[in-house]
Amino acid sequence: MGREREVQKQPISYTVEQLISVNPYNPDILPDLENYVNEQVSSQTYSLDANLCLLRLYQFEPERMSIQIVARILVKALMAMPAPDFSLCLFLIPERVQMEEQFKTLIVLSHYLETARFRQFWDEASKNRSIVEVVPGFEQAIQAYAIHVLSLTYQKVPRSVLAEAINIEGLSLDKFLEHQIANAGWVIEKGHGRGQLITLPRNEFNQPELKKSTADSIPLEHVTRIFPILS
Amino acid sequence: MAASFDYEEPASYEDVGVGQRQQADLGYDPNFVPDSVKTFVGHLYRHIREKNVYEIHQMYEGSFQKLSDRMFKESPWPSVDAVAPYVDHDHVFCLLYREMWFRHLYARLSPTPKQRIDSWDNYCSLFQVVLHGVVNMQLPNQWLWDMVDEFVYQFQSFCQYRAKMKNKTEQEIELLRQYDQAWNVYGVLNFLQALVEKSTIIQILEQEKEGLEQFTATDGYDYNGGSNVLKVLGYFSMVGLLRVHCLLGDYHTGLKCLLPIDISQSGGVYTSVIGSHITTIYHYGFANLMLRRYVEAIREFSKILIYIFKTKQYHQKSPQYEQILKKNEQMYALLAICLSLCPQGKLVAEDVNTQLKEKYGEKMLRMQRYDDEAYALYDELFSYACPKFITPSAPVYEQPLVNYNQDAYRLQLKLFLYEVKQQQLLSGVRTFLKLYSTIPIGKLATYMEVDEPTVRSILLTYKHKTHAVDSDGKIASNADVDFYIDDDMIHVVESKSTKRYGDYFMRHILKLEEIINEMDRVKMD
Repeated sequence: MGREREVQKQPISYTVEQLISVNPYNPDILPDLENYVNEQVSSQTYSLDANLCLLRLYQFEPERMSIQIVARILVKALMAMPAPDFSLCLFLIPERVQMEEQFKTLIVLSHYLETARFRQFWDEASKNRSIVEVVPGFEQAIQAYAIHVLSLTYQKVPRSVLAEAINIEGLSLDKFLEHQIANAGWVIEKGHGRGQLITLPRNEFNQPELKKSTADSIPLEHVTRIFPILS
Repeated sequence: MAASFDYEEPASYEDVGVGQRQQADLGYDPNFVPDSVKTFVGHLYRHIREKNVYEIHQMYEGSFQKLSDRMFKESPWPSVDAVAPYVDHDHVFCLLYREMWFRHLYARLSPTPKQRIDSWDNYCSLFQVVLHGVVNMQLPNQWLWDMVDEFVYQFQSFCQYRAKMKNKTEQEIELLRQYDQAWNVYGVLNFLQALVEKSTIIQILEQEKEGLEQFTATDGYDYNGGSNVLKVLGYFSMVGLLRVHCLLGDYHTGLKCLLPIDISQSGGVYTSVIGSHITTIYHYGFANLMLRRYVEAIREFSKILIYIFKTKQYHQKSPQYEQILKKNEQMYALLAICLSLCPQGKLVAEDVNTQLKEKYGEKMLRMQRYDDEAYALYDELFSYACPKFITPSAPVYEQPLVNYNQDAYRLQLKLFLYEVKQQQLLSGVRTFLKLYSTIPIGKLATYMEVDEPTVRSILLTYKHKTHAVDSDGKIASNADVDFYIDDDMIHVVESKSTKRYGDYFMRHILKLEEIINEMDRVKMD
């Protein structure tokens, strides 16, 4: 994957987040933002604002663009699903750059995730380990997204559907389920005939009855507007 | 296809040289100051010195337009040097005059490359004076809005002009190289940002919530002898930043810049000028559309469209009238797109719905079909209604000169259509779900003529695409029809439109109070 830059441990007077909020339109902070992308990769953290700020600077001065950094930003953005971060980044990346092979792959991966075709996604991802595996936590992040969509949709999901979505099978899946039962309130029951059925925790999206209670509530700040009248 | 939809700037704006020729043909003498102009600048200058906002507004909105129509239809106003003697050579007034001078030139003639650069210089001087706090005048909101609006417009126009490299003369290219700082994107953004910061408008709006400061209540004016210029320019600059970021395709950051303005509250200062009101909501709605927050976009488009529908007639004489009508039409097109992707018609005000049906009813039916013709319609409406996207970087002069003024637009269009394609099967699912209260997955698969895993994917996609996640991770449902799956069975949940009694009563309590206050104020003779 080309050069791997060491994250330099220099005493910095400002954090990158501060730099952005003080002066977001400053070409001089570009190297700091690039280092910050690498730092996000190694420390498994994420800052959409910082990354958009960097893509913006690349947009202003295309000759300073680093393809490798852009690739990392995009992988990080995929990991932020279900948030629309990946599109937000693409909106700022010139079309001719998007034609690069590794970006085409990432766009295909994003497409599979956006259309919930997890089988194809995991197949494609396994063919492109060199792109995605440089970013630690990639698999777990996608699994978390898969579980998010499943939880919006299913009250009870067949084991096989879950297995395909998170790409875990057999004993590993048993272990994973055990963990979820202990920590996330999942319940396993016998399905009729074939395989297990997993009950996912209820929320207002897989159990729409839960939503009604909030539908007609009034935010406090709206009520405060009539306080002067009531007093 | 897109090009036919008015994406190009009107030819007259860009046709370099025509303006000059016209000016010469008509014998324009920049040093000749007609008596009516002498009177005009003299009075305007006096009213500004006396902080007579009402009179300033009358002259700015009324007299300036009338004189422009009568005497400067096809030529620029007299040069600033020629009018300076009639206004004590006042530095700030001359900057303001020149700003109007360029604005008039851009609107009625076509700026030469040098004039574009000079106008940039004038904005730099003007904003620097404002930022250094030397300005102590009180100007109408309309005027202050027009400055920010025009500043962003001229930036956009410059980017479009610069990106058309193919037919540039050597002189033009030399000029662009020489003045590479003119309309530089960093400069533009930093001016807007500096105005926001120096004005401390964000803190002012914060403090206002706690009752420590008045801004909205006085429409930004200062009744204690202070100046409103920096404060209000700072305020409108937040809208300017939203717009610039939308032009760059950075919707997330754009919305973030607008955050200090609570657009769900009625009566914000941005609504005090119709142009600002429309620009704010147009870009706010567009950004939300691109972020897939359709319900938010629909709600705000509906609100502003009903507002324009009801107040249109009062703006007929305004110089902005045509612009109002154009943005009105564009927002109907955007609303048609939103509703095709997210059929929540019940969020739309009745009059707006009627208008929408008239304008786009038939197209919207065809957009539901997701065939090639439907894509063509999405393309058409998007191209007609989207902002004029820009490429902010300077051309590479060493390479063969090509036009790149359409690049940014093409990219945004392509990504938008990509999104539409990802949602192509959702309207089919929607149709079936509406017919059942429960339906087995296998049966739905048969109806949709796909296999079971595919239906499961489509259903997951439906959930994902109809549940927007905002920047702090909160999930908001945009779904008109909702469902959940229990093993192999889909349970459809009828979406009842819950009447919001709470809001309704709140509004009327406030209204009643207002009326009672009004009546108290009326003294019987």
